[in-house]
Amino acid sequence: MKKTALTICILIVSAAAVPAQRYFTKTGTISFEAGTALEDIEASNKSATSVFDAATGQLEFAVLVKGFEFRRALMQEHFNENYMESSKYPKAAFKGRMNLQGISFQKPGSYPVTVKGTLELHGVKKEITTTGTLKVSGSTVQAIAKFPVTISDYNISIPGVVRDKIAKTALVAVNCNYSVLK
Amino acid sequence: MKYLAAAFLLFIAPLIRAQETDLIGLVDSAGSGTKTAITGAFKSSRVINGHSIEFIGKKVLDVRILHRFGRVNDGIGELFGLDQASMRMGFDYGLGKNLTIGVGRSTAGKELDGFIKYRPVQQATGGKGASPVSVVLVAGSALTTAKFAEDARFTSTKHRLAYYSEVIVGRKFTEAFSLQLSPTYVHRNLVIEPTDDNDTYALGIGGRLKISKRVAFVADYQYVISGLNKDLYKNPLSVGFDIETGGHVFQLHFSNATGMNEKAFITNTTDSWGSGEIRFGFNLSRVFTIGKKKSKPIPES
Repeated sequence: MKKTALTICILIVSAAAVPAQRYFTKTGTISFEAGTALEDIEASNKSATSVFDAATGQLEFAVLVKGFEFRRALMQEHFNENYMESSKYPKAAFKGRMNLQGISFQKPGSYPVTVKGTLELHGVKKEITTTGTLKVSGSTVQAIAKFPVTISDYNISIPGVVRDKIAKTALVAVNCNYSVLK
Repeated sequence: MKYLAAAFLLFIAPLIRAQETDLIGLVDSAGSGTKTAITGAFKSSRVINGHSIEFIGKKVLDVRILHRFGRVNDGIGELFGLDQASMRMGFDYGLGKNLTIGVGRSTAGKELDGFIKYRPVQQATGGKGASPVSVVLVAGSALTTAKFAEDARFTSTKHRLAYYSEVIVGRKFTEAFSLQLSPTYVHRNLVIEPTDDNDTYALGIGGRLKISKRVAFVADYQYVISGLNKDLYKNPLSVGFDIETGGHVFQLHFSNATGMNEKAFITNTTDSWGSGEIRFGFNLSRVFTIGKKKSKPIPES
């Protein structure tokens, strides 16, 4: 019993002793396109918050839905009022894990990664998987990813009159420049 | 053994907890402490007749076609008023997020009107200095271009002019309910009735109750405080529905006012709800985004 406890102690202490390198950004860009041939619909948000752990690959995003800027004021209003109901569901979030095998944060370079996790939009949580790229240069890491989001998966209903103008699947793009979290 | 257990509890347990912390919580998570503007208090930049605390957005042209039909109590012979129509065509343009200018022309009195609308304070949540209300200032004028009677004594341009200014204080209380108050001052250089004052003061109240995502019940009332002969003039009351489709907002309503600018509906309303002298009317608003398209290329992966 003594031995086991001791082993556990040593294991945990040694695990905790490894400096957990974490990276963060508060100015990540998340944009999406959901237009069709009839209508250009695109928006971007330049204040996404994201943190990832370089040791475990744990990755999280949080973004304010109201922070998405559209070219057209009315589209932005409809996006918030009718589709995303952003007063009710102010945040969109992602929690997941990156597969960091073979990536060295000490060595500059461009590494492909796969990301798996839960995307929470409009109060609905859904598993997603995507691939992306991590570009390590010195103490900063740039993360780029693109993935489709099926609008109906998140309980967002599109009325008949505008059904032809809004794509069924939005293409979401992520571009974040991370710095070391101290 | 005892010590070990104690050590485990004291030092190790918090460490295990630490491993489970929300990563995003390590940095100030998005939104907490940041000021967020409250938008969408009303569907349109007008409640019905009067201005609302809403703005149309920068570089947006709002083309507005307004109709007020005849009195409903005129009966079937006039198709409940639909045989007659008074109309205002208006163009509003958003110079900025908080600044709009607009012009309009009404068939009643061949009246040309223009206004400037500015929002110094916008309702917001979170963060320091977030205002619980929006404050909007509107100033405008109206010019009658209809010919005066041949025996009219005052016929110069200044006699055709009227001005108005108002302060709107409004709040979106809940997602569904918004309310605003708008003290208004109207100055007419020439009044029709000798019993009227050149200066009219009114207090406007406007509200919205959202019924569904696209339909809202709206009401708009102006209480005339002073300046008008109360036996002749009535306070304008309009009630109706906002119906929103893609880029349009239809506002269907019943009102005792025919005027479609502040001067006209505050000082020229003679019909009374009590006598059934109400009219059907609609506001149709279509917005166009003017200006160059800002391309936001999605980065390569």
